[in-house]
Amino acid sequence: MEKSTTAPPVSFFQRIIRGRWIGKFMLAAISILVTVGIAFKASQSPALFFQQLINGLQLGFVYALIALGYTMVYGIVRLINFAHGDVFMVGAFVSYFAIANFQLHAWPSAVIPEINPVISLVIGTISVIFLAMATCGFLAVTIERVAYKPLRDAPRISALITAIGVSFFLEYFGALPFVFTSNFITYKRPFEVTTWYIQNGIHHLEAGVEAPTGSVLFSNILIIIIIISLLLLASLQFIVRRTKVGKAMRAVSYDKPTARLMGINVDGIISVTFAIGAALAGAAGVLYATAYPQVVFWMGITPGLKAFVAAVLGGIGSIPGALVGSLIMGQAEVLSAGYISTPMRDAIAFTILILVLLVRPTGIFGEPEREKA
Amino acid sequence: MLLEVKDIHVYYGAIHALQGISFQVNEGEIVTLIGANGAGKSTSLNTISGILHPRTGGVSFRGHDITLTPAEEIVRLGICQSPEGRKIFAPLTVMENLEMGAYTRKDRGEISRGIERVFKSFPRLKERQNQLGGTLSGGEQQMLAMGRALMSQPTLLLLDEPSMGLSPILVEEIFNIIQEINSEGTSILLVEQNAQMALSVAHRGYVLETGQIVLEGASNALLDNPQVHEAYLGGH
Repeated sequence: MEKSTTAPPVSFFQRIIRGRWIGKFMLAAISILVTVGIAFKASQSPALFFQQLINGLQLGFVYALIALGYTMVYGIVRLINFAHGDVFMVGAFVSYFAIANFQLHAWPSAVIPEINPVISLVIGTISVIFLAMATCGFLAVTIERVAYKPLRDAPRISALITAIGVSFFLEYFGALPFVFTSNFITYKRPFEVTTWYIQNGIHHLEAGVEAPTGSVLFSNILIIIIIISLLLLASLQFIVRRTKVGKAMRAVSYDKPTARLMGINVDGIISVTFAIGAALAGAAGVLYATAYPQVVFWMGITPGLKAFVAAVLGGIGSIPGALVGSLIMGQAEVLSAGYISTPMRDAIAFTILILVLLVRPTGIFGEPEREKA
Repeated sequence: MLLEVKDIHVYYGAIHALQGISFQVNEGEIVTLIGANGAGKSTSLNTISGILHPRTGGVSFRGHDITLTPAEEIVRLGICQSPEGRKIFAPLTVMENLEMGAYTRKDRGEISRGIERVFKSFPRLKERQNQLGGTLSGGEQQMLAMGRALMSQPTLLLLDEPSMGLSPILVEEIFNIIQEINSEGTSILLVEQNAQMALSVAHRGYVLETGQIVLEGASNALLDNPQVHEAYLGGH
């Protein structure tokens, strides 16, 4: 029907609701408040501020690796895979056992004793990460086949509840005394931590020595996390953009029946998506445990939730969104812990989510759900 | 005989969509299924493609029973469908859409020869090869949908409503290309609401009405049939 040229007057309140002005106003007010507050504190102690940024970067990249799994799985089967955080936990434990019980990180020097110890460590660490990735990938494909695939055509809520069930299963199966036990276990890093401080140049920090006040610390863990995350992100981008499987993943996520008409094995592509997402979470598990060296059966819950929030913040289903959302989450968490209050940091992270969704319900990079014919 | 559909009954839940339909496509033919909306034309194609499976009756292709073969296998056997509404992968580029059409093919050289062939038939796709599928016009999307289906090098091409929503000039162009594809050796099963157009290019035709075949015969005979004239050709 043609709309008449004189539109009916829109009431003041309707205009506020339609324009999402309350959300915009709150977001603007809080952003200004936070920016001013942080700028003030940062000017008092720039070193502390940069220290927080570095810590946030480290956390953000780990979240990104987890968030990608959420976003990829959502993109292809429209399921929030709540068991994803627990797959991350399994990845951390696999690497723990591989290092503590089997010295997998030292295998090259065990096989060839005269090998350069640095090269041995690099190959060994990469092997540990690969093992965790492979195990998690296999685990996720099994979960998908057993728990989610039979519910593919069921209402979405059924699959969602199943995902929560799988999550509990992984946690409490892990808590059994003959599996991971319910204790905190100290994680043995595959390599020693080396710390540097920045103050008029980069200096090596000797063990047991206080860093001078006003310096910014960083460790090889930060560098390793960033390098490995960027490598994995680049490989993911390559797979999704350039390979046949990646193109098929995008085709399947857009339109499953037509993908089948082209001869694409939709179930196979869904399995591959679960495997890739879980492998990234497995790598994240190793990196997280290396950075915060403690493993316990419930360790996946909070990072899993945070990464989920990051994925929604960035726009669920969007790969760049997952990265940007995670980096924002990492900074938000560390800055609020540093400047506002440590116990409040999780609440603040979720407040950011609510505010962004008030203004952009589909997230930063999200596109509105399109109608399908 | 290339394709034989024998007395298939297809249901959507409790709805009896195809009530015992039989038809054949011979090597090198263009066969058309015409009929009104909801007569069961697309259902027939989707049953052949393996998206739907008949409750009773059978489909055989080159003598093999494919009644229960899954859709992705059927493409490998040499049947590919260009679905109703074109169903282009909007977030993929034109080139990527064509590559998805070649999903079942392994030989890279053969795939790039296939792409060249599609570009020869549809030069406009070549100009737009790096554009996203969703940004194409309706006619270009139809060309892409047909090109994509041809990428699997099918023996039998299923076309569902290729003229839908296109201007008369474009319809003319699309039907010329359909004949061209057929002359190069691909058999075609064409579903159309535009009966006039469909019968003018097809060798034989079947008329569907509420899940049953009510008439069949050579295209010329159907074009001259007063009943067909009355119901599908606007009566003049």
